[in-house]
Formats: sequence, C-alpha cells, structure tokens
Amino acid sequence: MTPVKEVPTPGDTTPLYAALGLTTDEYERIQKVIGREPTHTELAMFSVMWSEHCSYKSSRIHLRELPTEAPWVVLGPGEGAGVVQVAPGVRVAFKMESHNHPSAVEPFQGAATGVGGIVRDILSLGARPIAVLDPLRFGPLTDERNRYLFDGVVRGIAAYGNSLGLPTVGGEAVFDPAYSGNPLVNAMCVGLLEDDELLRAAPSSAGDIAVLIGSKTGRDGIGGASILASQEFEEGSEAKRPSVQVGDPFTEKLLVEACLELKRDGLLTGMQDLGAAGITCALSETAAAAGLGVDGNLDAVPLREGDMEPWEICMSESQERMLACVGTDRIERAIEVCAKWGLDAVEVARYAEGGRLVLRGRGQLLGDVPAQALADGPLYERPVVTADRSQLHALDPLELAWPSPEEILMRLLASPSIASKAWVWRQYDHMVRLNSLVVPGADAAVLRLPESRRGEAGQPGITLSADGPGRIGALDPYVAGALAVSESARNVACMGARPLAITNCLNFGSPEKPEVMGDFAAAVRGMADACRAFGIPVTGGNVSFFNESPQGSVHPTAIVGMLGVLDDVYAHRPAVAREGDAIVLLGHTRPELGGSEALAVVHDTIAGRAPALDLDADVALVRLLATPGLGGHAHDLSEGGLAVALAEMCVRAECGARVPLDGQELWALFGESTARALITCTSDDVDAVLDAAVHLGVPAQPIGRLTGRRLDVDRALQVPVDDLRDVYENAIPALMER
Amino acid sequence: MTPNVAVVVFPGSNCEQDVVYALRREGADADYAWHGDDNLGGADAVVLPGGFAHGDYLRTGAIARFSPVMGPVADLARRGAPVLGICNGFQVLAEAGLVPGALRRNEGLRFLCIWTDLIVSDIDTIATRACQPGQTLRIPINHYEGNYTPPEGVVPRVVFRYHDNPNGAWRDAAGVANDNGNVVGMMPHPERASESWLGSEDGRLVLASLVESCNLAALA
Repeated sequence: MTPVKEVPTPGDTTPLYAALGLTTDEYERIQKVIGREPTHTELAMFSVMWSEHCSYKSSRIHLRELPTEAPWVVLGPGEGAGVVQVAPGVRVAFKMESHNHPSAVEPFQGAATGVGGIVRDILSLGARPIAVLDPLRFGPLTDERNRYLFDGVVRGIAAYGNSLGLPTVGGEAVFDPAYSGNPLVNAMCVGLLEDDELLRAAPSSAGDIAVLIGSKTGRDGIGGASILASQEFEEGSEAKRPSVQVGDPFTEKLLVEACLELKRDGLLTGMQDLGAAGITCALSETAAAAGLGVDGNLDAVPLREGDMEPWEICMSESQERMLACVGTDRIERAIEVCAKWGLDAVEVARYAEGGRLVLRGRGQLLGDVPAQALADGPLYERPVVTADRSQLHALDPLELAWPSPEEILMRLLASPSIASKAWVWRQYDHMVRLNSLVVPGADAAVLRLPESRRGEAGQPGITLSADGPGRIGALDPYVAGALAVSESARNVACMGARPLAITNCLNFGSPEKPEVMGDFAAAVRGMADACRAFGIPVTGGNVSFFNESPQGSVHPTAIVGMLGVLDDVYAHRPAVAREGDAIVLLGHTRPELGGSEALAVVHDTIAGRAPALDLDADVALVRLLATPGLGGHAHDLSEGGLAVALAEMCVRAECGARVPLDGQELWALFGESTARALITCTSDDVDAVLDAAVHLGVPAQPIGRLTGRRLDVDRALQVPVDDLRDVYENAIPALMER
Repeated sequence: MTPNVAVVVFPGSNCEQDVVYALRREGADADYAWHGDDNLGGADAVVLPGGFAHGDYLRTGAIARFSPVMGPVADLARRGAPVLGICNGFQVLAEAGLVPGALRRNEGLRFLCIWTDLIVSDIDTIATRACQPGQTLRIPINHYEGNYTPPEGVVPRVVFRYHDNPNGAWRDAAGVANDNGNVVGMMPHPERASESWLGSEDGRLVLASLVESCNLAALA
C-alpha cells in the first residue's frame, strides 16, 4: 500500500490529516493502531469516524450519567434509534438529531436532508416511520438573513417530509439573537415496528453480503461530519456549501418501501443507514457490532461521477442510501425487490472472520484496518470550567420599570417565539396516514397507532413533543437541562399521557472552550436528575458541538423529544377548552421574573436568576395531569407565564375568560415559575380536581371561568379576544410575507 | 353487491393506504393497483390517490400520465365508470386529459395543509351523488400546486367550490368533472375527513357517492 505523502493543495503546507480535521495526537494514534503510516483512504476513513460528530469523543464521558434503562426499553442508545414497548405488541422507535451546520450554509437542503437522515435511522431498525417533529432556533426575524434561513428551513422540511408522506406533527420555533448565524435545526422521527422483528445493525454471520441500496454515490456531502459538523463557522462559510448534501425525497420514499418489503419478506439479517461518514461508517460499524471483519470492493459502488477517488467514495455522504446485510441464499430475491422499486442494489462487501476492514478498488488494496478501531473513536476528558454568571444573576428584574400589563401581554403575543406557529405547520402535511388526533398548535401531538384506527375505546396511542429552554440555559444550564425534561413531560401530560422515554439533542458551542464543556456537563447532569425523578430513560439522541458564530456560542440548548403513552388514545385531553368551564391554576407561583420572555421582550435582556427548580413538584403535577378522566383541557405554563397561557387558551377556545384574581403582581402574570399548568373542568368537577390535587400534594386554586369575549383579569388585563388573536396569529406572517 | 375499487399506487404515492382504509369503511372492496400494471383486474371504479407520483419531477403528474396503468384508467373513464383523482391524482387526470385544465402553483407560492369549506356546486357526478346541492363540506387540502386553471375557451363542470379560495383557483374551483360527470378531480382529501376523530366526517359523502355510483353503473 502507498502511504500518504501528498498534501491536499499544491502550495498548502497543512498536513492532510489536519485538513481532514484530525489533530496531531489523533494522527499519531492512528499510526499506532495500524502499525504504519495510513493510506490516503484509511486516513479519510479515520477522519470521519473519529470526528466529534461520529465519535462523541468529547461528550461520551458525560453522557454516561444519563439513565438509559427501564423495563419498557427494548433498545437503548447506540444504534439507529431507541425502541420502547408502548403497549403489548406495540413497539415504537424514536430519535432526534441535529442538522444545524448544513442548514446554516444552505437552509433548504440542510433541513431537508436532516429529515431524510433521521428517517433512515428509524428505518434501519425495520420500523415504519410514522411522524416527524422539528425543533428550530433562529436569530430575530427583523434580520433579513434570519428570515431567509427560517423560510428556507421550513420549505426544506416541508418539501422532504411532505413528499415522504410523513406527517410533521410538532416541534418549536424560537427566536433569539444568540442563534443569529448559527440556527438550530433538530429533527425527530418516530417509527412503528409493525411486527416483533427488530433489525439490528449487524450481519448474522461471516459470509453475509453487504448490499448497498438506493442512490448513486456522488461528491456531495464529502466530509460533512468532519468538516461541517465538527468545526466552528467563520466568515466565508459559504465556501463549505459543497459539503452540504442534496436531498431526493422521491428516492427516499422508494427506499422506505423497498427496505420494509425486504424485511417483511425475511430477506435481511441486518440493516444500517448511510449517514455521516457514509460507507465507511456503515461497513465498519456493522462488522464491529458482529465481531467480524468485512471485505469491501469500492469498484462495485454505483457512482454519480465516474472519476471519484476511493477516499471520496469512502467519505461521501450522498443521501438516500442504506446498507443491507443479506444471507447468500437470499441475495437474488433481495435485489429483485429493490428492482421493483426502481432502486440500485449491489453487493459491495462480504463479512468475514478476522475483524479487519479491508477495502479494494482499481485492482489495489486501498485499506486494511481493524473495524473496531474505526468504531472506537478517542475519548476526551476535556477541561471543564463553570462559567461565572454572577453578573447576570445580580440583576433583579422586579426592580426595573415596566409598562402596563396589557402592553407587556400584547408585546409577548407579538413576539415570534410565543406567537402562533400556524404559518410554519400549515406548510407541513400534518394529517397524512390518518393518525393525527391532535395536530400542531397544542401542547403535544396525539397519534393513534394504525392498529387503533377502528375508533374503539381502550386502544393505545402516543403523544409527542419536542422542545427545550434556551434563555434559561444562558443563566443556568443545569436548570435548563432539567427543565427540558420536566416541561416536555408536562406537555405530554397536558394531553393526558404518561411520560415514557426521551430522546435528546444537545446543542452547544465549541467543546474546546472549557466554559462550554462546563455548561454541557451541567445540562447533562440536570437532564439526568430530571429523568431519574420522573423514572424515564434516555433511549438515544445526539450531541451537536461547535455551534458558534462570530458573535459567540449559542445558548446552551438542551432539546428533549418526549414520548408519552395513552392507554386509551381516544380519551386524550381535548386540545381546546370549553366555554363555561372553570379554570384551575395548578402549582406554586414564586416572585421571580429572571430569564423570562417578558424580560427579553420588554428589556431586551437575559438576566436574573433562573426559575427555581422543584422536580418533586413537577413529578406530582405530571401525575395529576395524567390521571384518566380528571377535568378537561389542560395547558402548560411556560414562556410568558400565566398571562400568555390564559391568552392562548382564550384564542384557541374562541372565548373570553373572567379571572377575578386579587393583588396582581407582574411576576404573578408573567413569571415563569416551573411546575405549573392550567386545567379546566365543569363547575361540578372543580371539587374533584381540587381533591385529586390535594391528594398528590399539588397546590391548586380556581382562578376564573371561560366566558364572554374578553380576557379580563382584575386590575390588570381587559383585552378583547379578537385583539389577542389578531396579534397572536399575524405576528409571524407579518414578518415573513412582506 | 360490493363494488371493487382499484386505488393506484405510483412510485411516490403516499395517500393510497388512507384512501383504501376510508373506502373500505364505506363498504367498498378497495385494493391497490400497481402503476406498472396494464390492467385493473376488472375493477368497477378507480381512484388515483394523493402523493408525489414519480417525485412530481418535471411537473406534477407529467410523468405519471405515462405509467402503463393509465391506459386501463382511460378505458374505464371512456366506458363511463367512476374515476376519482384526489390531489396529486387530480393533477395526473389533468395531465392525462381526462379532466380539462391544469393545476398551477398556489397563488401565495407556499405549500398549504389547511381545512377548507367546500360548496357542492354539481350533484350529478360520481363524487357528489350523495350530497345536497349547495351543501357545505369541511375537507382539508394539502398541496403546493392546486391553483386550478381551465383551458382557454372551455368552461368546465365545477363540482366543488372553495368558500374561501386558498390558492387562487379559477372561480374558486376545488374540483371539476368531465362532461359526463363520471371522472372527477378534486384537490381536497375526502379520506382525511372520514372520521369525527380527524375533525370532520364530510368526506364520507364523497367516498359514499363513489361507491353508490359503482352500484348504479352495475344496474344500468
């Protein structure tokens, strides 16, 4: 074999390993692992597999703190997605991932391929994808570039998800200057295992054939994992545009149908998606998972451009490709199924004893390394420093001058982070497959599972939410990590569901900054503590580092995708409150405004102390909300506090509310104390709700009634619901359709 | 008798399962037909479902009209049998010339997945036989290219009109028929409004009309 001597560009003295994103230490370690200088192809493979994006080399040490086990976990972290048993005979796969950097460079394709990638993760387990959710973060929409990114990302998600026939049922859109230049585009996919068979990303034995199915391999996305996702952005990031993949949802749709048919017909022993690090990752991980080696022939890979170098083929992140492990006796039938769907399916490798990943092509041996060594990236214990936030914490928001409650409320409703997101989700098909019983716009989506279509009582269903705090992360990442879990638990409980398991997406700045690692470690600890309090596991997820722009790191942003379960899906809580019903405030309100949306909107600042965390109170509240048959509609109190929650309830119910609360303080209206929600019920049921609350130790106070045409809070707010609705619904269209 | 309804699956179709499910609930013997087949196996009626046939590349429906199955679909249409195109299926029917006109991009140049109120403006078709004249149906749309435009000099039979035109369609047309009334294309998705859990049951009238039309055709 020919060791690498050449440099990437004439006149450029950067060593090739450095240009590929490897450090000198890592390069020396590669030499040690394989006992010689790596070939060009080998170096390319190590550079992608050992990238932050693929190896989690900075985060693994902290992620160990997250609880991952529960009796209902079928498959925990480490493979394509987590799988949980939601009811007898019903298994659900779900996972979230980031596509932040590609979306910052090319928003439409970046977001589209983000959806495509997470869908293939779910597919790799043999599950049928049934829903998508997209948590999004951008800079303020007053800036033209941020509008361009927001518009492109939404169009990209729509173009891809809609074509696939996958309903997009939730997510969030949050706007904050910290995300200018580095938007967050996270995508979560949920799948249903239609039978008991769960495919693993491994062949069953040596001799199995690795079949590459789907799109031809091209130069798109080369180094996406190592160059785009694992480095900071600088001026001139547009030059990285060739590293963004281009999506073809039509081929993905065929790939989904073909792979599910292959599985149904019993033609597969294993399957893995090709995402980051492409063929290299799929071959090495499947071989290593089975304790085998693999002998690959790059000449067999169907190419879009005939003159691609072997290292380019290894690194390409061309979309819409899957690797299937097939027994030799079934290979012909497998290829026939793919042909029916019009897809290329070619034998690219054979699994073998010995544990070596061997690659050949053009009559040459291009690489020969231990498969496990590629899969075992380095593990770093990076320096961790707790950032000093004492100056931020010193501000007492209650001492500032504030406008009238009415003005604050109207400005909050006009803030794109709080305003209606209908402009976003009506561009997404959220109805296809006929399972969406509660669609976007509510606290969480409710899906019946195909088995429960008949409309009979007692059929199980799932609820889904995907979001997380941002501003709170800037003040206290530990609290933010915990709140990401407890808020999403509250969201699914507001639909009457029990929280079951989470996936996460941890979006942070550069891990080479000790303060960022300190924030990361704190957020993970907070998330772990909250998961333990609720008794729910983390079954998978994603870490996205290097979310940096010239203005600095993004807020420490922990996003949680929550899966809740309803034993009787048709008994979910209604998404809209009913006129005439009583409104009961659940939870304890403290005199706090730190990190609130009100402070951000009115005073343009993120400061003060994060809201106090009380996980026991959160757990009790969620248990109360998940009590079958108790009360009616429920709505989480979060950004904008009680006033915004009441306004949203009124707008959705198309009805006013009379709230004779005494002694209104700003913190009571706009504070964001945790572990609170509103629940509505008939007058006759108020006592039952209060009794149940007392029983679980949840503070509960009847505060008013849904009636009339105005939101009327004594001595604070008297606003016609029509005015609330106009502001709430028009805020984003007014910015985007001008 | 139980009418036999073929629901065509093009590569890229994505509403075929929903349509089959909803049709079976209306008592039809509904099953899938592959786009590459050159016969419909004696089906009494055919539905072209929503989706993105052949990726909608080139132009919506432009490739699908050349799929082999479109031969027998045209034969059924000529014989007066019920043919319903929903959303992408409407676009395919228009490209194939089985209903007049074309579907251009929505006026606002955005994909729209929203509920619409439709006014039934013609009850002598296979999609509206079970409806009352002027009846309002609440059925959602889900498309980027639903801006109906008739051929020059032709005034087609409009079957459904939008109460609030969402996409710029000519004369608020949400669905049109051929002269005979046995081929109907409509942008709204009746299968998505076929259960109260989903927000409306009004779509059942459209599907029930199709099933009833099969029985009438069999009697004739």
